[in-house]
Amino acid sequence: MYPSEYRYTKEHEWVHLEGTTATVGITDYAQHELGDVVYVDLPKVGSALTAGKSLGTVESVKAVSEIYAPISGEVTEINATLSASPELINSDPHGKGWLVKVKAAAGSDAKGLMDSAAYQAYIAEQGKEASA
Amino acid sequence: MRYLPKSASERQEMLDAIGVRSAEELFHSIPQEFRLKRALNLPGPLSEAELIQYFRERAAENSVGYTSFLGAGVYNHLRSVVTDTIIQRGEFLTSYTPYQAEISQGTLQAIFEFQTLMCELTGQEVANASMWDGSTATTEAVLMADRLTNKRRVLVARSLHPEYRAVLKTYAHNIGLETHEIGFTPSGQIDTAALSVAMDSDTAAVVVQSPNFLGVIEPVAQIAQVAHASEALAVVAITEGVSLGLVRPPVEADIVAMEAQSFGIAPSYGGPYAGVIATRDKFVRQLPGRLAGQTTDAKGRVGFCLTLATREQHIRREKATSNICTNQALFALAATVHLSLLGKEGLREMAGQNLAKAQYALAKLEEIPGVKRALSGPVFNEFAIRLPRSVRLVNADLLREKIIGPLPLGQFYPELTKCGLVCVTETTPRAEIDRMAAAVRRILAEPLPGSKN
Amino acid sequence: MTDRIKKARRQVNQNEGLIFEKSAPGKRGMELPPLDVPAVDARAVLGAENLRDGVEGLPEVSEIEVIRHFTRLSTWNYAIDLGMYPLGSCTMKYNPRVNEFVARLDGIATEHPYQPQELAQGCLKILATLRDCLLEITGMDAGTLQPAAGAQGELTGLLLIRAYLASRGNPRKKVLIPDSAHGTNPATVTIAGYEVENIKSDARGQLDIEGLKKEVTDDVAALMVTNPSTLGTFEPRIAEAAEILHSRGALLYMDGANMNALAGVARPGDFGVDVMHLNLHKTFSTPHGGGGPGAGPVMVKKHLEPFLPTPVLTERDGRPYLDANRPQSIGRVRAFVGNFGVLVRALAYTLAYGAGIKQATEDAVVNANYIRKQLEDVYDLPYDSPSMHEVVFSDAKQKKFGVNTMDIAKRLIDYGFHPYTTAFPLIVPGALMIEPTESESKEECDLFVDAMRSIAEEAATEPETVKTAPHSTRVGRLDEVGAARKPILRWKPMAAVEPTSKSAAAEPARALTTPHK
Repeated sequence: MYPSEYRYTKEHEWVHLEGTTATVGITDYAQHELGDVVYVDLPKVGSALTAGKSLGTVESVKAVSEIYAPISGEVTEINATLSASPELINSDPHGKGWLVKVKAAAGSDAKGLMDSAAYQAYIAEQGKEASA
Repeated sequence: MRYLPKSASERQEMLDAIGVRSAEELFHSIPQEFRLKRALNLPGPLSEAELIQYFRERAAENSVGYTSFLGAGVYNHLRSVVTDTIIQRGEFLTSYTPYQAEISQGTLQAIFEFQTLMCELTGQEVANASMWDGSTATTEAVLMADRLTNKRRVLVARSLHPEYRAVLKTYAHNIGLETHEIGFTPSGQIDTAALSVAMDSDTAAVVVQSPNFLGVIEPVAQIAQVAHASEALAVVAITEGVSLGLVRPPVEADIVAMEAQSFGIAPSYGGPYAGVIATRDKFVRQLPGRLAGQTTDAKGRVGFCLTLATREQHIRREKATSNICTNQALFALAATVHLSLLGKEGLREMAGQNLAKAQYALAKLEEIPGVKRALSGPVFNEFAIRLPRSVRLVNADLLREKIIGPLPLGQFYPELTKCGLVCVTETTPRAEIDRMAAAVRRILAEPLPGSKN
Repeated sequence: MTDRIKKARRQVNQNEGLIFEKSAPGKRGMELPPLDVPAVDARAVLGAENLRDGVEGLPEVSEIEVIRHFTRLSTWNYAIDLGMYPLGSCTMKYNPRVNEFVARLDGIATEHPYQPQELAQGCLKILATLRDCLLEITGMDAGTLQPAAGAQGELTGLLLIRAYLASRGNPRKKVLIPDSAHGTNPATVTIAGYEVENIKSDARGQLDIEGLKKEVTDDVAALMVTNPSTLGTFEPRIAEAAEILHSRGALLYMDGANMNALAGVARPGDFGVDVMHLNLHKTFSTPHGGGGPGAGPVMVKKHLEPFLPTPVLTERDGRPYLDANRPQSIGRVRAFVGNFGVLVRALAYTLAYGAGIKQATEDAVVNANYIRKQLEDVYDLPYDSPSMHEVVFSDAKQKKFGVNTMDIAKRLIDYGFHPYTTAFPLIVPGALMIEPTESESKEECDLFVDAMRSIAEEAATEPETVKTAPHSTRVGRLDEVGAARKPILRWKPMAAVEPTSKSAAAEPARALTTPHK
């Protein structure tokens, strides 16, 4: 479910870093919490991203969630299919539901982020707190 | 008390069920020092008959029996009794905002029809379910342009209604938006040369009104071109919706802010009216206010629901497109009923009557020595005339004849002293236009009080 | 429907399409008297570039079709005239009919805001009397009737605070908002040019006074509080909160949405409030009309008076007078004097009661507490603080059957009621916020209690019935996701229609624009 080559943030984004190119999306946990996605607001190609700062929002009918950049860099591509099919974020959040591709800034990497096992433990904790 | 449906014994039963001896005990959470120890000092209570008497007395202290030539953002138009019949139905009058769609389909479908009508009238692609009035709709349209462009300057026509400009200034001031005014030429239209000079890359929008406060129709296509050339948006305000029966709608505008009072809503000393914002589909996510959308249920039955709610305060809170919650739904419904009754031919005919009567009045007034049209641009049902003396003095005499004369313009535009704004609609009888013109002629023929003649 | 549903029963109900679908050339619903001046050539008068070809999209229908169309639509709605709306914080009380009558009188409905003031004395007296009544009820010193709604009242209040603080050298930067606040509060703060700082409620869902002491820095302009809170409880330490704010040069704003618990019993001006707004469409009975209009008058203490929006209603030569000479005013917040027709209705309501308005407040609080008592064994009460005019339960007990507050609310529709307020305040997950108002008889309250108890039982024994409710309405739960993904926000003539769902696409395009065929 949570690919081992991805890294994960506490805010439930994932990043797949291959060399200096990163793909970013939100996790299955996040899409599940959000419910049916109706709209995504993404930055323009060429925008600068700062790790930890909002890069856009993802909306359901009743809520809006900020998407926080897992790494710093420049947006090289955005997933254009999402404007016609935002439901891809629900059906395939780790694959076809990707949000942006980023050229990672020098010195910016995913080392501080959780790996697949750590993230799964993290969301298990969240689940326990929610029902406490 | 007739609005309270409990008898003394029922109150007692309920108090017993709660387990208190008196209602007073239920207020113990309010610290003793703050509980009122005296009865409120208020007039009343009045029975229904006394209430009606009270308001009849107030009504008699206003302008019943006078003929008015006032417009300036609020217009006297014919209204069918059918409109009031519909909006007084309890299921419309006393119903809530349609958040629970299954039990509010009547309201939602009516809103959907309103949105459609507003698009048709303004030539835009999407319209909201109403704003508070034209002045706040215009202001919110500017804030919308600011959000869309991320720029800080707004160019505002001086011929935009003075009170609309005042409201815009109040709002703009607090969020760091700069407003600059662009004047008008002897035609009464915006000075497009000055507009081009003032336009820059930090301009979010140009705001004009058409027909403007002076009654003159603006060259919207040209203004939009100037705006778009600098990547600014064109915002057009409309205060006299009936003009859209004959005047070309502002299709080149990016955002239209309209006051719908002319469509079946009484003047009512300033409100409640109904504003609306109409715009392009691509801007819809920055559009403030409620939106009713068509959809289906699980069985494929078509219905309507409020949609794109993430723009609004109850979800987006501090990041909402606006703080608006309560809007003007009942009066948007009134406009919907009214426009359905009038239909396309009725609106055109009404507009035609306004145009004809205004031209007639203008001609009659210009026959009076010393009276001239003040501005040369094309007008619909309002126009500015220049008098040889103070409009206020003339109006004081007109009042004696039970005529409320032209709105003095000098108070808003110093270069237009001795000019007055005259509005004539389909409700102004020819005989009254004749009477007003004759009275003005007579008044102007008399020497001014204290003059040497 | 089974016998357990006592308040409502199904009946044949008329279908109706969109008004545009009834349109045919040549039909008219309203005729005009003949033109009594010579007609003119529009092209010549306006200029060809300004002439409109035709107003294509307006429907052409007869008067009877208009009456039937909107009458049928109206029968698909719920209304206060039909029964209780238990909506928390909305105060859906009876809208007295005489108010509609007086608002429509010749000489009231007909007046133009630019009439000379000497010809509008009746209107000005109405405004002055209403204002004075509201000042007496709230215990404040001065006020404005200009704001068009509660949210605009909130904005006006914050702008007054800003102007006041600016006149003292520093408008400051932040406004504190409790996490239980209504969404208009933070939205308004942003438009006023301030930053929102959220403060957490304490364990009892009330203002955390100790926390407040830390939060009120020199950067804080004001605290916006609703009292009673959105939990329906009076803030016991509100005066202390006012003290803390005032001692640091900040002000206390009160959202008056819940005044229905206070009128005649306590006055915000007495417990430290500097500025507040009222919702006339809540406490003062003006009709909601399917979403508005309302009015949001703002009442202030003396020190804020110089900044009130212009014009201010004063007196000249012993008569009411609108004074526009107000150098320190924040300016206008809307054109003209306010939602005058709404103000007329509010005054009629107030005059009908006089000081007896206290009885209405008591009845409202009795009704809420009665309902609380009758339901507290079947619904979870997250906070045990005393309820005033509204009570907040949560769906905790029903959650274990998979039933949540929205499901219960939808099932309530089958029982003949409008839902209560769901999912608010935010500090109560799965909230059921219930405010009956004083307009409800014991009988209606008992029917409501009965319905809610029955639904609680259904949640335990047949949860699917609740989760798929409502079953008795013209449409079931609607596809809100589809409505947001592919918004259809206006009717279009047949050729331009696109289907929203597969099932709709299977039918001819016309079906989409003809609901319920």
